Amino acid sequence: MSSLLVLPIILPFATAVIILLVKSNVKGSSNIALSSAVLQIIACGTIFYQVHRNGIFASQMGNWPAPFGITLVADHLSAVMVVITAVINLAVVAYSRADIGASLVKRGYYPLMQTLVGGICGAFLTGDLFNLYVWFEVMLIASFGLLVLGQDRNQLDGGVKYVVINLFSTLLLITGIGLLYGLTGTLNMADLHVKVQAIDNKGLLTAVAMLFMGAFGIKSALFPLFFWLPASYHTPPVSVSAIFAGLLTKVGVYALIRMFTLVFTVNVPYTHGVLIVVAALTMITGVLGAAAHNEFRRILSFHIISQVGYMILGLALNTTLALAGAVFYLIHHIIVKANLFLVSGVVQRLSGSFELSRIGGIYRRNGWIALCFFISAFSLAGFPPLSGFWAKMILIRASLEIHHYLVAGIAAAVGFLTVYSMTKIWGEVFWKPAPRADTVDEVSLAAGPSGWMMTPIAGLVILTVIIGFGAEAFVEIALQAAEELLHPEMYLKAVFGA
Amino acid sequence: METVFAVLVGAMVAGSIYLILDRNLIRFIFGLALLSNAVNLLIFTVGRLSSSRPPLIPDAGTVPVAPVANALPQALILTAIVIGFALLAFVFVLFYRAYQEVGTVDTELMRVAEPSEPDEVIPSTKMGEQG
Repeated sequence: MSSLLVLPIILPFATAVIILLVKSNVKGSSNIALSSAVLQIIACGTIFYQVHRNGIFASQMGNWPAPFGITLVADHLSAVMVVITAVINLAVVAYSRADIGASLVKRGYYPLMQTLVGGICGAFLTGDLFNLYVWFEVMLIASFGLLVLGQDRNQLDGGVKYVVINLFSTLLLITGIGLLYGLTGTLNMADLHVKVQAIDNKGLLTAVAMLFMGAFGIKSALFPLFFWLPASYHTPPVSVSAIFAGLLTKVGVYALIRMFTLVFTVNVPYTHGVLIVVAALTMITGVLGAAAHNEFRRILSFHIISQVGYMILGLALNTTLALAGAVFYLIHHIIVKANLFLVSGVVQRLSGSFELSRIGGIYRRNGWIALCFFISAFSLAGFPPLSGFWAKMILIRASLEIHHYLVAGIAAAVGFLTVYSMTKIWGEVFWKPAPRADTVDEVSLAAGPSGWMMTPIAGLVILTVIIGFGAEAFVEIALQAAEELLHPEMYLKAVFGA
Repeated sequence: METVFAVLVGAMVAGSIYLILDRNLIRFIFGLALLSNAVNLLIFTVGRLSSSRPPLIPDAGTVPVAPVANALPQALILTAIVIGFALLAFVFVLFYRAYQEVGTVDTELMRVAEPSEPDEVIPSTKMGEQG
C-alpha cells in the first residue's frame, strides 16, 4: 500500500520520459499520454478509495522514519485533489489531440505537460516542507516551458511577467522555509505542527507565516499579488491555459490551506484575520476586473482570481463548515474553470477570435457548445442546482454562522457580478448575430470542433451536473476533509505511526 | 558570527530588491541572482554556524560525537543552488527571446499581451497552430 502514493507522481514522469523518446511521432505521443492519463485516474481513484475507507495513510520514502526522511501523506484533501488533477489531465490530454499542432508536440508539449502534472500531484501528496518547495519548482519549470512553447510574441511577453513574479514568490517561499527550519529544526509538516507550539519567539513565527502567505498568495493570485495571472494566462494555446487555470493557482490555495491549518495555527486571530480581508478584496477586484474586459480568456482569468477569493474565505473563517466549503469550492471550481477555457478554444475555432466584439452567432452555429458553456458558466456564477450554488451557499452560510455578515454579503454580491460577466459572454458570443465577415479573422472558419475537443468538454459538463445534483456525497467528503484539517491528530498518527 | 551573516544577508536582500524593482529586465536578472544567493546564505546561517567539525560517525559509535556541523542546511542549499541555476539559465534565454520579439527590455513598454486599448490587439497567428 505504501508504494501506492508514489504512483501519481511516478506515472506522469515515466510518461514524460517515454514520450520524449518518441516525440517525433505525434499520434503515438498522444496515445501514450492518453493511456497514462487513464492509469493516472485509476491510481488516484485507488488512493481516494483507500483514504475514504481506511483513513489517512502515509508512506516514508526510502524507509527513513518520519521526521527525518520525506513523507508522502494522503488525507481526504490530498486524495480529492489528486483525483481532480487526474480528471483534468485526462480531459486536457484528450483535448490537446485536436488543439495542439504537430510542431508543438514535436517540441515537447506532452513531456512538459506530464512533468507539470507530476509536480502538481507531488505538491498535493508531500508531507515535507522542503519537498513541497521542490515540487513547486518542478511545476514552475514545466509551466514556464508550456507557457512560451511556440514562442509567439504574446506568449513571450506574458511569459516574462509570469516568470518574474513566480521566481520571486519561490524565493519568498524558500526564505520562509529556511527561517522555519531555523526556528524548529524540522521540515516535516506533522513534526512542525508539534514543534511550533513550543516556540517562544511568537513574533518571528508570525512573520514567517506572513512570508508563506506572501509566497503562496502570489502562486494563488490573491489580492494584491494577482497581476501576473491576467497578464499571461490568455497567451498560450487553449489546452495549456485550461490546465493552468484549473490546477496551478489551486496548488497555491492547497498549500495555504495545508500550512494555515497544520502549521501556522498559533496566532489565528492575526493570520486568519489578514486572510479574511485579503479574501474579500480578492473576490471584489477579480470580479470587477472581469467586468472591465472584453477578451474571452482574459475575462475567465479575472474570474479565477475572484473564485480563489472564495476558497481563501473558507480557509480564513477556520470552522469545519467553512473549510468544507473551501474544499467543495476547489472541486467544483477546478472542473468548471478548466472547462470554460476548453469551451473558449472551441469558440475560437468557430469564430477565429477570442475578442468578444469579433465573435457572434455561435449558438446558431453549434448549439451543443452553447449548452456546455451555459451550464459551466452558470455553475460558476452559482445558479441552483449546479455545483457552484452549493459551493457558494456553504461558504455564505459558514460566514453567517460566525456572524461575519459583511463578507457573507460580499460573497453574495460577487456571485451576482459573476452572473453579469457570464451573461456578457453569453450575449456577445452566443446570441449576438455574427459580426460582418470582413471583421472576422479568416483563421479557421472551416474547421469545426472535433470529437476530441467536444468529448472532454461534455464529460466535464456532466461532472459539473453530477456534483450539482449529487451534492450531498461531495459535501460529505468535503466535511470529512475539513474535520481532518481542523483536528490534525489523525494526520500526525498516520505520519508517525502508532 | 550569526549576527555578521544576518547583516550581510539583509544587505544583499536590500540590494537585490533595489535591482528587482527596476524597469530594466537585465537589472532584474542581477537582482534575482543576488536574492537567491542571499536566501542560500540565510538557510546556511539559520542552520547555526556553531561548529566546523564534520558530522561523521566514529567507527565505534552509532551517533556522531556532540558538537558537529549541521549537514542538512548544506543539502538544502545544494538543492536550491541547482534549481536556481537552471531557472536563471531559462530566464536569460526567455528575456533574450522576449527582447528579440518585443524589441525592448523596459517592462513598462512590454504591453503586447495586455494592450491598453482593445483595438491594438495583434491577432496571434501561431495560436495553437491549428490542425
